[in-house]
Amino acid sequence: MSPLDRIANVSILKQHEVDKLYKVEYKPVMSTSEQLCFLIRPRIQTVKWICDVVNADKTAGKCRRYKLIFTPQKFYACEAVLEEEGIFGDVSTDEWTFNLLPLDEDILSLELPEFFQDYFLAGDQRWVRTAGTALHLLHSLYGPFSKVYGIGRCSKMVYELWREQVEEGEQKAHQAEIGKVFLIDRDVDFVTPLCSQVVYEGLVDDIFRIKCGCVEFGPDVTSSDKSVKVMLNSQDKVFNEIRNEHFSNVFGFLSQKARNLQTAYDKRRGMDIKQIKAFVSEELKGLKQEHRQLSLHIGASESIMKKKTKQDFQELLKTEHSLLEGFEIRECISFIEEHMNRQVSMIESLRLLCLLSITENGLLPKDYRSLKAQYLQSYGVDHLFTFVSLRQLGLLVEQQPGDTLTVMESKVGKLVNDKTAGKLTDAFSSLAKKSNFRALSRKLSLVPKSDEEYDLRVPRDMAYIFSGAYIPLSCKLIEQVLERDSWTGLEEVTRLLNGHEFAAAGSSGADLSEKNDAQRIILVMFLGGCTFSEISALRFLGRERGYRFIVVTTAITNSSRLLEALLDNHV
Amino acid sequence: MAFITANWNPLGEAFYRKTELYEMCWTLRDGLRDSLVAAAPYGGPIALLRESHRRSPSSRPQLEIYSASGVAIASFPWKSGPVVQLGWTVSDELLCVQEDGSVLIYDLFGSFKRHFSMGQEVVQSQVLEAKVFHSPYGTGIAIVTGSSRFTLATNIDDLKLRRLPEVPGLQGKPSCWVVLTQDRQTKVLLSNGPELYILDNTSCTAVCPPGLSPQAGSIVHMSVSFSYKYLALFTDTGHLWTGSSDLQDKLSEVDTKKTTTPKQMVWCRRPKSQQPSVVLMWDRLLMVTGVCNDTIQFPIEDPCVLVGELDGVRIISSVYQELLQEVPLVCQDIFKIASMAPGALLLEAHREYEKSSQKADEYLREIKEQSMLGEAVRQCVEAASHEYDTSTQKSLLRAASFGKCFLTDFNPDVFVSTCRELRVLNAVRESSVGMPLTHTQFKQMTLQVLIDRLVYRQFYQLAIEICHYLKIPDYQGVSRVLKHWASCKVQQKDLSDESIARAVCVKVGDSPGVSYSHIAAKAYECGRTELAIKLLDFEARAGEQVPLLLKMKRSQLALSKAVESGDTDLVYTVVTYLKNEMNRGDFFMTLRNQPVALSLYRQFCKLQEQDTLKDLYNQDDDHHELANYYVTASYREKRLDTRLSLLQSAVDEYNKAKNEFAAKATEDEMRLLRFQRKLDDEKGAGLLGLSLQATMEALLALGLHKQAEQLYRDFRVPDKRYWWLKLKSLAEKEEWEELEKFSRSKKSPIGYLAFIEVCMKCNNKYEAKKYVSKVTPEQKVKAHLAISDLEGAADAAIERRNDSEMGAVLSRCSASHQLLIERLNRARAAAAKK
Repeated sequence: MSPLDRIANVSILKQHEVDKLYKVEYKPVMSTSEQLCFLIRPRIQTVKWICDVVNADKTAGKCRRYKLIFTPQKFYACEAVLEEEGIFGDVSTDEWTFNLLPLDEDILSLELPEFFQDYFLAGDQRWVRTAGTALHLLHSLYGPFSKVYGIGRCSKMVYELWREQVEEGEQKAHQAEIGKVFLIDRDVDFVTPLCSQVVYEGLVDDIFRIKCGCVEFGPDVTSSDKSVKVMLNSQDKVFNEIRNEHFSNVFGFLSQKARNLQTAYDKRRGMDIKQIKAFVSEELKGLKQEHRQLSLHIGASESIMKKKTKQDFQELLKTEHSLLEGFEIRECISFIEEHMNRQVSMIESLRLLCLLSITENGLLPKDYRSLKAQYLQSYGVDHLFTFVSLRQLGLLVEQQPGDTLTVMESKVGKLVNDKTAGKLTDAFSSLAKKSNFRALSRKLSLVPKSDEEYDLRVPRDMAYIFSGAYIPLSCKLIEQVLERDSWTGLEEVTRLLNGHEFAAAGSSGADLSEKNDAQRIILVMFLGGCTFSEISALRFLGRERGYRFIVVTTAITNSSRLLEALLDNHV
Repeated sequence: MAFITANWNPLGEAFYRKTELYEMCWTLRDGLRDSLVAAAPYGGPIALLRESHRRSPSSRPQLEIYSASGVAIASFPWKSGPVVQLGWTVSDELLCVQEDGSVLIYDLFGSFKRHFSMGQEVVQSQVLEAKVFHSPYGTGIAIVTGSSRFTLATNIDDLKLRRLPEVPGLQGKPSCWVVLTQDRQTKVLLSNGPELYILDNTSCTAVCPPGLSPQAGSIVHMSVSFSYKYLALFTDTGHLWTGSSDLQDKLSEVDTKKTTTPKQMVWCRRPKSQQPSVVLMWDRLLMVTGVCNDTIQFPIEDPCVLVGELDGVRIISSVYQELLQEVPLVCQDIFKIASMAPGALLLEAHREYEKSSQKADEYLREIKEQSMLGEAVRQCVEAASHEYDTSTQKSLLRAASFGKCFLTDFNPDVFVSTCRELRVLNAVRESSVGMPLTHTQFKQMTLQVLIDRLVYRQFYQLAIEICHYLKIPDYQGVSRVLKHWASCKVQQKDLSDESIARAVCVKVGDSPGVSYSHIAAKAYECGRTELAIKLLDFEARAGEQVPLLLKMKRSQLALSKAVESGDTDLVYTVVTYLKNEMNRGDFFMTLRNQPVALSLYRQFCKLQEQDTLKDLYNQDDDHHELANYYVTASYREKRLDTRLSLLQSAVDEYNKAKNEFAAKATEDEMRLLRFQRKLDDEKGAGLLGLSLQATMEALLALGLHKQAEQLYRDFRVPDKRYWWLKLKSLAEKEEWEELEKFSRSKKSPIGYLAFIEVCMKCNNKYEAKKYVSKVTPEQKVKAHLAISDLEGAADAAIERRNDSEMGAVLSRCSASHQLLIERLNRARAAAAKK
């Protein structure tokens, strides 16, 4: 399902005389229509494809009208391409400022998966403004915000762009509905999205891929020969109750639910005709619906079980947990080697490699080379580029003898502190990026002591989303900052995270009193995507502390999306 | 106070009064004699051009511009051709219509702005007369030429010349003419001897004013009212006809008993006028003529100029300026002698109250009995707004405020706003400012326009104070003033760039709605590029900064600003611009200093211009990227030779970049490609492009074990990998004997549990069993479990006395294994004891 489907589905478009829908790709359009309308993100590649379509029509002597709608905005570079390809005059262009898509009651998405590689990998800041505009939109509807916290370079830019827009526009005073805002860059915490998700919603995303809040269950789930598209949100009662649960609890819950349903059905026995009539008209429909949902989720859970046991899921989780704890690293490395040698999965191997590198603060040169060589042998030498990208992001790096670059860089950073110099060092900083995960983990006690039994049925902290093995760094940061109402006391942590944290009072006129209900509503904006597990963790935190979190993200991500984004970069 | 009616003159039902506005500040040597004078309505400025009779080319008449109070604003010698007419536009620009039909436009301070022509044919035939008029479309000009043709332009800012049709029998100029604006059409009314014509775009129609007595004679002067609604015609026998300007109705006809043509004739009305009247001026006489047969006559000593206003006539002489107007009804009510209007009584009551007399109470009672107190207050407030004298304003407003105290539900808005507006009006009426606006005019022209006019005259301070005082939102008020001020400031030639920039920054600060780029553009227009750059530094929006910087050819600066802004689109704009402007070397050098721009440009090149990319890396000696480029290029290449040569280039570059690993990997790739081709040629294996692993897999699947072995050795494939590969491949092909042989070839680097698992995956329990004995003790239990041999697993676990392993076995046991369970439990208990 695409964002367009959520707004105007095929039948609505057909009502407006849309003849046929195509996906924009490198392919000629076979259509007899006289008008073609392209709804695209402003990317040069896409525009070039469209140019090819138009030019092909031209040579074939076909005369059509073309309309390009750029969303969320037009870019000069795209128009330049139209001009260079000589079709600027043949097409008309327009903009559709589409910013936020509500995926659920507490999730808003910019639906910009490319934000991640564009900003963090290519250093392209084109979407930062879009994010700022989205924040401004929320501010003008639900503001004024009383306080804004953030960490990361991109967060800072988004914050500044938003402030700019606030100052330019005219302020409409109204009752604040959102109190505080927390902005966080994805590169602050790469560990969390790289871990296997074990909370139901995350697991469904990992295995079936949730697109735009909708998942397609294949024949193995529906136990028929048809696939079914299901919307996964709080409207689905069954799903709403299990989405945040650890997978080990899901079966128990589902069977309980099934029993309840049966008793509800059983009620009709011994009813007289009148009662049956009432039952049919009032309850039956709801029960049927629930029944349908229940059977789907049971099917999905079975399918998940099947897939996971096949791949030695337990072994995999064990390795992940050892990596997070920092125990038995050698065993982990040989597990990863074996994983690669057995060609289990291209992405999974890469994921484990990255997790190893981040948690260990880079690989020893010897290990780095041998693992890299083995990976290349398995999946082809073109993955050299993948490794370049990974190194650039700091996801998979070789330990530098003496860490000279980092020392030098921190010295330069201290000496030159003005804006442009900061930007200049940008390019280098990612090269020398150190994850410092181990130190962070100790400081924030992200890994609970392993000797205690962790009851997943009654979670005691956010670690339950990773079977009690790890509290997601991103969510822990949010918790800590909200608790302190500032970054004070977290200086060491932010230093380990390469700084760029900020806290600022929001716009004037905001009601600061804690009693105000709006102050309990907190907007968390993930720049570069967030996972369903993180959302589950925040929901848990909200329940514990009496907050209500609204998550704004550039896109929903998970380990595969994160890494796949880096694969095709050089083609 | 008592004499407020002293200057009132009755005319029919109404009264007229002449109030002195200013004693003029100017000193004119010859008065207003022989001068071309233009005074703008709404208390606008006055332009004066002394007409030279001699018309010698050497004479340079002086063009002078004054404020309405006679303060000199500008003065300069007139160097262009002879001027026929002067006039002011709605935005306070001076129009000088020359004999040759060209119109020169000057601003208030006498600097030339632009010029245009009223048509080519005029150059020869010359302009005989011209009129400047105002209509809803703006300021217009009408001329009549020597060839007796009229040409019109309704809006000089959007110049469209219209030549009107010929008038039959007209020679030279008509005896008199006016421009009318009716029904969104501009027409000319003219008289030629006894005939009267209306000229519009297409036709010339003879008309006759209704009810004009036949003996009245021919029309020699005409005038149209401020609103274009009324028309006055003066005949050579001294008759004055007044009526509607569409010539449908007649108001009156008066015999003035004057046979000479008046010098000027102007309507004197006000909105809701009781008695429309016309003011006529002869050399020594000013006459007000109403619709009744009454007239008022004033003697005048000096030559004067009449300026028609919305609500009266301004009379400018060389010494004084006066306002002649009908006394507003509300003022009449209050000030008329022995008036019993509620307002008059309230004024009286307040006067007694100030004297501490109990009569105040009597008056108040009287008003209250008629329950007219509200009306009385309203009258006093309204009357105050019409009074020019500040003490009269005060006494009326005090009376109103006094009366207000006795009212419970009076809405104070009108009172408050009138007080505020009067304060503003009094300030602009000051002689030093010189804008004699009446309240009615002020309401008509609106505050916005008033501020604009103050700004045109550079009364910035006053304008800002008015904005603050009236609490106008900054956007519409202060910011606009500051914007204009700053644009003007940057033109001051005597100040240094530095000090101007500082002054602008201090004053303008962060005022909303003031765009520094706008100010900078102005500075650039005046040729002060450096100043413009300084000012642009203050501009917060890079989107505004950058285009101007590019225009000023400060491309480096534009680029760094664009980069700082974080707006990718802007960076692209600059980069594209630079690409076209600079030569390649310079362009690359520029980019090199801007990593963000460079990386963006690289992205662009990757998609659009692959070759440029190569040049870019070459220039930077970026061997690593260059190598990557070659590798990428090799993927696009179909032919193997080219592909190999590209890869060789990549290897060279990797070596230069000291990236041995990548060089080695690429070399391996080349080797593999060659190997693959050889095999493809020999056996048609279809290997080309596969990864090493995939190649070996394919070879094994094809049964080419020797070749696979060769790859394994040549590429130093780790043993584990190779074993896994071969194991899987053999199992898949179900070559169990081969597998067994392979397992014995040497000690398995991956252990033997893997063998069992793979066999089980292929559902061959029989083969799997063969390897159980070979596994290491640690894996024994697992191995037995894998082939579902619970007994064996239990034995192994018990032997190893491993609790968790025993648990694992137990968990696999079902009810049918009762014996086994007991055994395990016993062993567990025993192990636990120890």
